[in-house]
Amino acid sequence: MIDIGLGHYLTLGAIIFTVGIVGIFLNRKNIIVILMSIELILLAVNINLVAFSIFLNDLSGQIFTLFILTVAAAEAAIGLAIIVVYYRNSSTIDVEKINSLKG
Amino acid sequence: MLAHSIFFYTFSLIAIISAVMVTVSKNTVHSVFFLILDFISISCLFIMIGAEFLGMIMLIVYVGAVAVLFLFVVMMLNVAQQKNQWFSAQESSKHIPLGIIISVIIFFELIIVIGGWKYKPDLVTAMSLTIDKDISNTHSIGHVLYTDYIHIFQLSGMILLVAMIGAIVLTFRQRPGVKRQSYFSQISRERSDSVEMIEVEKNKGVIVDD
Repeated sequence: MIDIGLGHYLTLGAIIFTVGIVGIFLNRKNIIVILMSIELILLAVNINLVAFSIFLNDLSGQIFTLFILTVAAAEAAIGLAIIVVYYRNSSTIDVEKINSLKG
Repeated sequence: MLAHSIFFYTFSLIAIISAVMVTVSKNTVHSVFFLILDFISISCLFIMIGAEFLGMIMLIVYVGAVAVLFLFVVMMLNVAQQKNQWFSAQESSKHIPLGIIISVIIFFELIIVIGGWKYKPDLVTAMSLTIDKDISNTHSIGHVLYTDYIHIFQLSGMILLVAMIGAIVLTFRQRPGVKRQSYFSQISRERSDSVEMIEVEKNKGVIVDD
Protein backbone atom coordinates (compact mmCIF):
# COMPACT_ATOMS: atom_id res chain seq x y z
CA MET A 1 0.00 0.00 0.00
CA ILE A 2 2.79 2.41 0.87
CA ASP A 3 4.92 1.70 -2.16
CA ILE A 4 3.22 3.35 -5.12
CA GLY A 5 3.74 1.37 -8.29
CA LEU A 6 2.40 1.11 -11.79
CA GLY A 7 -0.70 -0.76 -10.65
CA HIS A 8 -1.89 2.13 -8.51
CA TYR A 9 -1.85 4.54 -11.45
CA LEU A 10 -3.50 2.01 -13.74
CA THR A 11 -6.23 1.45 -11.14
CA LEU A 12 -6.80 5.18 -10.90
CA GLY A 13 -7.08 5.32 -14.68
CA ALA A 14 -9.54 2.42 -14.68
CA ILE A 15 -11.71 4.08 -12.03
CA ILE A 16 -11.86 7.40 -13.87
CA PHE A 17 -12.54 5.58 -17.17
CA THR A 18 -15.44 3.73 -15.57
CA VAL A 19 -16.83 6.94 -14.10
CA GLY A 20 -16.76 8.45 -17.59
CA ILE A 21 -18.54 5.39 -19.03
CA VAL A 22 -21.20 5.65 -16.29
CA GLY A 23 -21.64 9.33 -17.11
CA ILE A 24 -22.28 8.52 -20.76
CA PHE A 25 -24.61 5.59 -20.10
CA LEU A 26 -26.77 7.05 -17.37
CA ASN A 27 -27.11 10.61 -18.53
CA ARG A 28 -30.24 11.15 -20.60
CA LYS A 29 -30.72 14.81 -20.00
CA ASN A 30 -27.72 16.97 -20.68
CA ILE A 31 -25.46 16.59 -23.69
CA ILE A 32 -22.75 18.87 -22.31
CA VAL A 33 -22.23 16.48 -19.39
CA ILE A 34 -21.81 13.68 -21.96
CA LEU A 35 -19.04 15.68 -23.65
CA MET A 36 -17.41 16.19 -20.25
CA SER A 37 -17.58 12.43 -19.66
CA ILE A 38 -15.74 11.91 -22.94
CA GLU A 39 -13.07 14.30 -21.67
CA LEU A 40 -12.83 12.19 -18.49
CA ILE A 41 -12.30 9.04 -20.57
CA LEU A 42 -9.51 10.69 -22.55
CA LEU A 43 -7.99 11.84 -19.27
CA ALA A 44 -7.97 8.25 -17.99
CA VAL A 45 -6.18 7.13 -21.15
CA ASN A 46 -3.63 9.89 -20.59
CA ILE A 47 -3.04 8.70 -17.03
CA ASN A 48 -2.37 5.18 -18.30
CA LEU A 49 0.05 6.36 -20.98
CA VAL A 50 2.01 8.61 -18.62
CA ALA A 51 2.21 5.90 -15.95
CA PHE A 52 3.55 3.37 -18.48
CA SER A 53 5.99 5.95 -19.79
CA ILE A 54 7.41 6.72 -16.36
CA PHE A 55 7.53 3.20 -14.97
CA LEU A 56 8.87 1.55 -18.14
CA ASN A 57 11.37 4.38 -18.63
CA ASP A 58 10.26 5.13 -22.17
CA LEU A 59 9.45 8.58 -23.45
CA SER A 60 7.05 7.70 -26.26
CA GLY A 61 4.07 7.45 -23.93
CA GLN A 62 4.39 11.10 -23.00
CA ILE A 63 4.67 12.05 -26.69
CA PHE A 64 1.46 10.23 -27.47
CA THR A 65 -0.22 11.84 -24.46
CA LEU A 66 0.59 15.18 -26.05
CA PHE A 67 -1.13 14.13 -29.28
CA ILE A 68 -4.16 12.78 -27.42
CA LEU A 69 -4.38 16.15 -25.66
CA THR A 70 -4.42 17.87 -29.07
CA VAL A 71 -7.16 15.61 -30.41
CA ALA A 72 -9.19 16.06 -27.22
CA ALA A 73 -9.03 19.85 -27.53
CA ALA A 74 -10.09 19.70 -31.18
CA GLU A 75 -12.92 17.32 -30.37
CA ALA A 76 -14.21 19.54 -27.57
CA ALA A 77 -14.17 22.59 -29.85
CA ILE A 78 -16.04 20.82 -32.68
CA GLY A 79 -18.54 19.19 -30.31
CA LEU A 80 -19.37 22.44 -28.57
CA ALA A 81 -19.75 24.18 -31.94
CA ILE A 82 -22.20 21.49 -33.07
CA ILE A 83 -24.14 21.91 -29.81
CA VAL A 84 -24.31 25.68 -30.28
CA VAL A 85 -25.59 25.29 -33.86
CA TYR A 86 -28.16 22.71 -32.79
CA TYR A 87 -29.37 24.93 -29.96
CA ARG A 88 -29.69 27.84 -32.37
CA ASN A 89 -31.75 25.78 -34.79
CA SER A 90 -34.06 23.89 -32.46
CA SER A 91 -33.69 25.83 -29.17
CA THR A 92 -33.16 22.70 -27.08
CA ILE A 93 -30.24 20.39 -26.41
CA ASP A 94 -32.18 17.94 -24.30
CA VAL A 95 -30.93 14.47 -25.18
CA GLU A 96 -34.38 12.92 -25.11
CA LYS A 97 -35.75 15.56 -27.47
CA ILE A 98 -32.99 15.18 -30.05
CA ASN A 99 -34.72 12.57 -32.20
CA SER A 100 -35.02 14.11 -35.63
CA LEU A 101 -33.03 11.24 -37.14
CA LYS A 102 -35.44 8.71 -35.66
CA GLY A 103 -37.77 8.69 -38.67
CA MET B 1 8.28 7.21 -0.07
CA LEU B 2 5.66 7.86 2.59
CA ALA B 3 5.13 11.42 1.39
CA HIS B 4 4.85 10.13 -2.18
CA SER B 5 2.11 7.70 -1.24
CA ILE B 6 0.28 10.27 0.89
CA PHE B 7 0.26 12.74 -2.00
CA PHE B 8 -0.78 10.04 -4.45
CA TYR B 9 -3.76 8.95 -2.36
CA THR B 10 -4.81 12.55 -1.68
CA PHE B 11 -4.72 13.64 -5.31
CA SER B 12 -6.30 10.47 -6.65
CA LEU B 13 -9.08 10.62 -4.07
CA ILE B 14 -9.81 14.23 -5.06
CA ALA B 15 -9.71 13.21 -8.74
CA ILE B 16 -12.12 10.30 -8.31
CA ILE B 17 -14.57 12.25 -6.15
CA SER B 18 -14.61 15.17 -8.55
CA ALA B 19 -15.03 12.80 -11.52
CA VAL B 20 -18.09 11.33 -9.81
CA MET B 21 -19.38 14.82 -9.06
CA VAL B 22 -19.02 15.77 -12.73
CA THR B 23 -21.54 13.13 -13.69
CA VAL B 24 -24.00 13.47 -10.81
CA SER B 25 -24.11 17.25 -10.31
CA LYS B 26 -27.53 18.78 -10.79
CA ASN B 27 -26.12 22.03 -12.07
CA THR B 28 -24.05 21.98 -15.25
CA VAL B 29 -21.87 24.85 -14.07
CA HIS B 30 -20.92 22.82 -11.00
CA SER B 31 -20.02 19.93 -13.32
CA VAL B 32 -17.62 22.19 -15.21
CA PHE B 33 -16.05 23.33 -11.95
CA PHE B 34 -15.54 19.75 -10.80
CA LEU B 35 -14.04 18.96 -14.21
CA ILE B 36 -11.51 21.74 -13.61
CA LEU B 37 -10.72 20.30 -10.15
CA ASP B 38 -10.26 16.87 -11.72
CA PHE B 39 -7.83 18.17 -14.33
CA ILE B 40 -5.85 20.09 -11.71
CA SER B 41 -5.44 17.09 -9.43
CA ILE B 42 -4.45 14.81 -12.31
CA SER B 43 -1.88 17.33 -13.49
CA CYS B 44 -0.52 17.44 -9.90
CA LEU B 45 -0.13 13.65 -10.16
CA PHE B 46 1.71 14.02 -13.46
CA ILE B 47 4.07 16.58 -11.99
CA MET B 48 4.60 14.32 -8.98
CA ILE B 49 5.71 11.26 -10.92
CA GLY B 50 8.06 13.22 -13.16
CA ALA B 51 6.14 14.28 -16.25
CA GLU B 52 6.28 18.00 -15.50
CA PHE B 53 5.84 19.19 -19.05
CA LEU B 54 2.65 17.21 -19.56
CA GLY B 55 1.28 18.36 -16.21
CA MET B 56 1.80 21.99 -17.10
CA ILE B 57 0.45 21.51 -20.65
CA MET B 58 -2.58 19.81 -19.17
CA LEU B 59 -3.17 22.80 -16.89
CA ILE B 60 -2.85 25.22 -19.80
CA VAL B 61 -4.85 23.28 -22.38
CA TYR B 62 -7.59 21.75 -20.26
CA VAL B 63 -8.11 24.28 -17.48
CA GLY B 64 -7.19 27.30 -19.54
CA ALA B 65 -8.92 26.47 -22.79
CA VAL B 66 -11.25 23.48 -22.79
CA ALA B 67 -12.93 24.01 -19.43
CA VAL B 68 -13.38 27.72 -20.10
CA LEU B 69 -14.90 26.79 -23.46
CA PHE B 70 -17.32 24.46 -21.70
CA LEU B 71 -18.18 27.15 -19.17
CA PHE B 72 -18.70 29.67 -21.95
CA VAL B 73 -21.06 27.37 -23.85
CA VAL B 74 -22.98 26.45 -20.69
CA MET B 75 -23.53 30.08 -19.83
CA MET B 76 -24.32 31.08 -23.41
CA LEU B 77 -26.90 28.34 -23.97
CA ASN B 78 -28.66 28.96 -20.66
CA VAL B 79 -28.80 25.29 -19.72
CA ALA B 80 -27.69 25.93 -16.17
CA GLN B 81 -31.31 25.89 -15.13
CA GLN B 82 -32.02 22.74 -17.09
CA LYS B 83 -31.43 20.25 -14.34
CA ASN B 84 -29.29 17.21 -14.81
CA GLN B 85 -31.58 14.71 -13.16
CA TRP B 86 -30.85 11.31 -14.55
CA PHE B 87 -31.39 9.49 -11.29
CA SER B 88 -34.72 11.07 -10.45
CA ALA B 89 -36.40 10.93 -13.85
CA GLN B 90 -39.38 8.61 -13.62
CA GLU B 91 -40.20 7.72 -17.18
CA SER B 92 -36.69 6.92 -18.37
CA SER B 93 -35.26 4.91 -15.50
CA LYS B 94 -35.20 1.61 -17.36
CA HIS B 95 -31.71 2.16 -18.71
CA ILE B 96 -30.12 2.77 -15.31
CA PRO B 97 -29.71 -0.90 -14.17
CA LEU B 98 -28.41 -1.96 -17.58
CA GLY B 99 -25.93 0.91 -17.64
CA ILE B 100 -24.70 0.14 -14.14
CA ILE B 101 -24.26 -3.56 -15.01
CA ILE B 102 -22.28 -2.76 -18.15
CA SER B 103 -20.11 -0.25 -16.28
CA VAL B 104 -19.35 -2.73 -13.50
CA ILE B 105 -18.41 -5.35 -16.10
CA ILE B 106 -16.09 -2.89 -17.84
CA PHE B 107 -14.49 -1.94 -14.51
CA PHE B 108 -13.84 -5.52 -13.49
CA GLU B 109 -12.42 -6.35 -16.91
CA LEU B 110 -9.99 -3.46 -16.56
CA ILE B 111 -9.04 -4.54 -13.03
CA ILE B 112 -8.46 -8.12 -14.20
CA VAL B 113 -6.23 -6.88 -17.02
CA ILE B 114 -4.25 -4.65 -14.64
CA GLY B 115 -3.90 -7.35 -12.00
CA GLY B 116 -2.74 -10.04 -14.38
CA TRP B 117 -0.39 -7.86 -16.40
CA LYS B 118 3.31 -8.71 -16.55
CA TYR B 119 5.99 -7.43 -18.85
CA LYS B 120 9.20 -9.09 -19.82
CA PRO B 121 12.26 -7.68 -18.04
CA ASP B 122 14.23 -7.35 -21.25
CA LEU B 123 11.48 -5.28 -22.81
CA VAL B 124 12.83 -2.19 -21.09
CA THR B 125 16.30 -2.51 -22.52
CA ALA B 126 15.04 -3.07 -26.06
CA MET B 127 13.38 0.33 -26.22
CA SER B 128 14.89 3.23 -28.05
CA LEU B 129 13.46 6.24 -26.27
CA THR B 130 14.78 5.72 -22.76
CA ILE B 131 14.38 8.66 -20.43
CA ASP B 132 17.65 10.40 -19.74
CA LYS B 133 17.91 11.34 -16.08
CA ASP B 134 20.49 14.09 -16.66
CA ILE B 135 18.32 16.43 -18.70
CA SER B 136 14.92 17.73 -17.77
CA ASN B 137 11.60 16.32 -18.91
CA THR B 138 10.80 19.24 -21.21
CA HIS B 139 14.26 19.04 -22.76
CA SER B 140 13.98 15.35 -23.53
CA ILE B 141 10.48 15.71 -24.99
CA GLY B 142 11.75 18.50 -27.19
CA HIS B 143 14.62 16.31 -28.37
CA VAL B 144 12.23 13.62 -29.54
CA LEU B 145 9.18 15.62 -30.61
CA TYR B 146 10.88 17.71 -33.29
CA THR B 147 13.03 14.94 -34.73
CA ASP B 148 11.47 11.49 -34.58
CA TYR B 149 7.84 12.56 -34.34
CA ILE B 150 7.94 15.63 -36.57
CA HIS B 151 5.37 14.30 -39.05
CA ILE B 152 2.88 13.42 -36.34
CA PHE B 153 3.53 16.82 -34.79
CA GLN B 154 2.72 18.57 -38.07
CA LEU B 155 -0.34 16.36 -38.45
CA SER B 156 -1.61 17.39 -35.03
CA GLY B 157 -1.18 21.00 -36.09
CA MET B 158 -3.32 20.24 -39.14
CA ILE B 159 -5.95 18.65 -36.86
CA LEU B 160 -6.07 21.81 -34.78
CA LEU B 161 -6.36 23.95 -37.91
CA VAL B 162 -9.22 21.85 -39.26
CA ALA B 163 -10.95 22.00 -35.87
CA MET B 164 -10.59 25.77 -35.77
CA ILE B 165 -11.95 26.21 -39.31
CA GLY B 166 -14.78 23.79 -38.60
CA ALA B 167 -15.82 25.54 -35.41
CA ILE B 168 -15.78 28.93 -37.11
CA VAL B 169 -17.72 27.70 -40.16
CA LEU B 170 -20.29 25.93 -38.00
CA THR B 171 -21.05 28.84 -35.73
CA PHE B 172 -20.67 31.66 -38.25
CA ARG B 173 -23.86 33.34 -39.26
CA GLN B 174 -24.71 36.51 -41.11
CA ARG B 175 -27.66 38.27 -39.63
CA PRO B 176 -29.85 40.23 -42.07
CA GLY B 177 -30.34 43.90 -41.34
CA VAL B 178 -27.06 44.51 -39.57
CA LYS B 179 -25.11 47.49 -40.87
CA ARG B 180 -21.53 46.44 -41.46
CA GLN B 181 -18.57 48.16 -42.97
CA SER B 182 -18.22 47.35 -46.67
CA TYR B 183 -14.60 47.67 -47.64
CA PHE B 184 -15.19 47.10 -51.33
CA SER B 185 -17.70 49.89 -51.75
CA GLN B 186 -15.49 52.17 -49.67
CA ILE B 187 -12.43 51.56 -51.80
CA SER B 188 -14.21 51.58 -55.15
CA ARG B 189 -15.87 54.92 -54.45
CA GLU B 190 -14.69 57.67 -56.77
CA ARG B 191 -14.71 61.41 -56.68
CA SER B 192 -17.37 61.75 -59.33
CA ASP B 193 -19.80 59.64 -57.29
CA SER B 194 -19.81 61.94 -54.32
CA VAL B 195 -18.82 65.44 -55.39
CA GLU B 196 -20.88 67.46 -57.87
CA MET B 197 -19.85 70.77 -59.33
CA ILE B 198 -22.68 73.28 -59.69
CA GLU B 199 -22.48 76.45 -61.65
CA VAL B 200 -24.10 79.11 -59.49
CA GLU B 201 -25.85 81.92 -61.27
CA LYS B 202 -25.71 85.44 -59.95
CA ASN B 203 -28.33 86.64 -57.49
CA LYS B 204 -30.00 83.27 -57.23
CA GLY B 205 -29.26 80.76 -54.53
CA VAL B 206 -28.48 77.16 -54.87
CA ILE B 207 -31.33 74.70 -54.54
CA VAL B 208 -30.06 71.56 -52.96
CA ASP B 209 -32.41 68.69 -53.52
CA ASP B 210 -32.31 66.25 -50.69
